[in-house]
Amino acid sequence: MTLPDSRSNSKVSSMSPDEYKTIAKKHEPPRSILKNCLKAFFVGGLICLIGQGIQQFFMSVFDMSTKEAGSPTVAVLIIISVILTCFGVYDKIAQWAGAGTAVPVTGFANSMCSAALEHRAEGLVLGVGASMFKLAGSVIVFGTVAAFIIGIIYALLGTGGGG
Amino acid sequence: MQVKGQTWTYEKKPVILGASSIVGPEEGEGPLAEDFDFIYDNIEINEKTWEKGERRLLEDAARKALEHASIKEEDLQFYVGGDLMNQIISSSFAARKMGVPYIGVFGACSTSMESLAVASMMIDSGAAQYAMAGTASHNCTVEKQFRYPTEYGSQKPPYAQYTITGAGCSVVSAQGDGPHVTHATIGKVIDLGVKDPFNMGTAMAPAAADTITAHMRDTGRSPGYYDLIVTGDLAAVGLPIAKELLKKEGIAMEETNFMDCGLMIYDRDRQKYVLSGGSGCGCSAVVTYGHILKRMKRGELHKVLVVATGALLSPLSYQQGESIPCIAHAVSLEMGG
Amino acid sequence: MQFLWAFIIGGLICVIGQILMDAVKLTPAHTMSTLVVAGAVADAFGLYDPLIKFAGAGASVPITSFGNSLVHGALSELERDGWIGVVTGIFEITSAGISSAIIFSFLAALIVRPKG
Repeated sequence: MTLPDSRSNSKVSSMSPDEYKTIAKKHEPPRSILKNCLKAFFVGGLICLIGQGIQQFFMSVFDMSTKEAGSPTVAVLIIISVILTCFGVYDKIAQWAGAGTAVPVTGFANSMCSAALEHRAEGLVLGVGASMFKLAGSVIVFGTVAAFIIGIIYALLGTGGGG
Repeated sequence: MQVKGQTWTYEKKPVILGASSIVGPEEGEGPLAEDFDFIYDNIEINEKTWEKGERRLLEDAARKALEHASIKEEDLQFYVGGDLMNQIISSSFAARKMGVPYIGVFGACSTSMESLAVASMMIDSGAAQYAMAGTASHNCTVEKQFRYPTEYGSQKPPYAQYTITGAGCSVVSAQGDGPHVTHATIGKVIDLGVKDPFNMGTAMAPAAADTITAHMRDTGRSPGYYDLIVTGDLAAVGLPIAKELLKKEGIAMEETNFMDCGLMIYDRDRQKYVLSGGSGCGCSAVVTYGHILKRMKRGELHKVLVVATGALLSPLSYQQGESIPCIAHAVSLEMGG
Repeated sequence: MQFLWAFIIGGLICVIGQILMDAVKLTPAHTMSTLVVAGAVADAFGLYDPLIKFAGAGASVPITSFGNSLVHGALSELERDGWIGVVTGIFEITSAGISSAIIFSFLAALIVRPKG
């Protein structure tokens, strides 16, 4: 066996990250933000439109007030989202729609349902139970902390509820 | 064996006696479908979990490679393998079934050539008569471990790659007919600060360029020596970057065919969901063991350099804001005579 | 008319999310967390209720309304029960959303396998 000679370095190995960034930038396929925004607007708007329809249905058929109709509307949207997730459709629509399917409450349900399905393989307790909030958890945590801080500020200021 | 720089020259020229490639349904719809030994028609690979499916692919591929090499499992002395799962469970669990002495290796998607380089070294040094190299990946196990649940609706950027579902194995021996493994260039870890875990091609291109440069320097060859140089897997974004970097190094890649396994395995016009192309350690394995070796045996290719690239990140490392270290290993294959 | 505004306002909130993901390059989890906090803060300034009145589901379906509802719960119990209400009231209104998402996801996991 002959001994290795000293390694002469390539230009790449001594390149700085900034230098590489300018090269990489040239080859990065453009993310068409405008097109993505239009898709998100269209699909997100459509989901809200469906929500409005469901809400009107509850208001006219069950004679509910706008406030009363809120919760059942959300529940129906969540069922729809869970069903689409189960059929493996929600992620396909989402690749097209981006934030349009992520921002409505259906996206929240999808994040929980997809985690629950995926981790069923690890059992009901360690998988479904422990992993369901893997993605949705951060939304609940930050929403709760924000609500708590706002509540405390209101309490300190001595002003009652805002609504 | 000779060592020069970071390149091993195998003096006994180990032979790939037999090789195998088993893939999932999406790869079966791609342009290389005819070259694969078996195509599963379901992404579950007839198993209950994604992880079991990936293991089954590897077990199938191992059995098929032995069959093609016409040797019995008892004759196989060592198995060198790895995969992308935490603690390389797919390889180790497949090794449990085979009952063959086992060396687990990890080089992310470069595992295909890393394992072949190590197996060939065992043959060259006389440590084994027959050794097997193998690796596997599964789209859903990788999504689940590195990204999001498979049904989660996140929008992938256009530069994202699609992990292939497939496994490839090869049996290497000191004698017999088949393509020879002549050299292996072991790569260095290169990290040029890319942090986006979806942007694998950009992260890995410098490692591929570095290893190809080292290979040419150590062997004194120029790219024109090879009929084909393939990377695995830089895909549509990484390959042009690697070309530009190699130009800067003064390596004349235009002398040869320079392609990428991630672009060969899918038809990106028809299979839009793969975005910029394939990835995963199964990708370079099935393209090499399925497609390239078959073309070599048919006499269409004589000398091929396979440069498998790997991104050595973990889900924790990118959450903690670390950039992505990458590596590439090159193996030179030549038809005898 | 409310249908039109539901479409437009709902769509616009999604566009904000898309910009956070594409231009600011936030992950989906960061984007959603930001929007929830934004909804909570908007309610603190009394801005979210008028928006719901105006756009209906266009404001109540996006995740921002989750932040709004959490604050509403906290503040209404604060008014009724004093300090402790801040903690006891937070989930008062959002219960329907969270509970149904948990229950339906759990049931789904019992009978369905992910499609990949």
